[in-house]
Amino acid sequence: MSRRVEVLYFAALRDASGVASERLDTQAADLAALYAELQARHRLPFPQRQLRVAVAGEFAHWGDPVRDGSTVAFIPPVSGG
Amino acid sequence: MAELPRFRLADAPFDAAGLQARLQDARAGACAGFEGRVRDHHDGRAVAGLRYEAYAELAEREGEAIVGDALKRFDIIDAACVHRVGDLAVGELAVWVGVSAAHRDAAFAACRWIIDEVKARVPIWKHERYAEGDAGWLHPGR
Repeated sequence: MSRRVEVLYFAALRDASGVASERLDTQAADLAALYAELQARHRLPFPQRQLRVAVAGEFAHWGDPVRDGSTVAFIPPVSGG
Repeated sequence: MAELPRFRLADAPFDAAGLQARLQDARAGACAGFEGRVRDHHDGRAVAGLRYEAYAELAEREGEAIVGDALKRFDIIDAACVHRVGDLAVGELAVWVGVSAAHRDAAFAACRWIIDEVKARVPIWKHERYAEGDAGWLHPGR
């Protein structure tokens, strides 16, 4: 089943994808599969293990299902402070 | 009156002394503050300036959770943190943490804990511009 999601990109991930966000239809069952799909499409420069993932502005788990209409963000290693 | 957020992002320079003054309390014998500033070098390279970008919604939620955790973990009265986003010059204030407590040990410890947690957990990224003209994102552990 295809689900429509919005994906947000930050920092080096945004540079790699070329966009701050995109809407797309995906068959990915969970967030890990969604990242694998987008990593291949945009040549995203991080293995999944270096990232965290968030859904609707809250940290989520890679095994969480991809929900139709959700906003997903991949969080590269942070460097505030 | 709605409670003020204890963590916020600032897209313009802010007044740390004024924020620190707001933490004053008759019960507080100690008020500790930390100022993180933009330094002119990184890994042996001259830094001309930097830009901070945040995932604002998540950063504010995570920052608020950190300060809230500090209020539970340490014997303190109040705490707050502000982090800049946008373009900063060398020497500019990038992040401020303030803590008030009855005694200094808890004030220092909580202040240190908050800045360490903010650096480790809050989705903010630093884009450094180098004196040689190039620039890049800092992604520790990459």
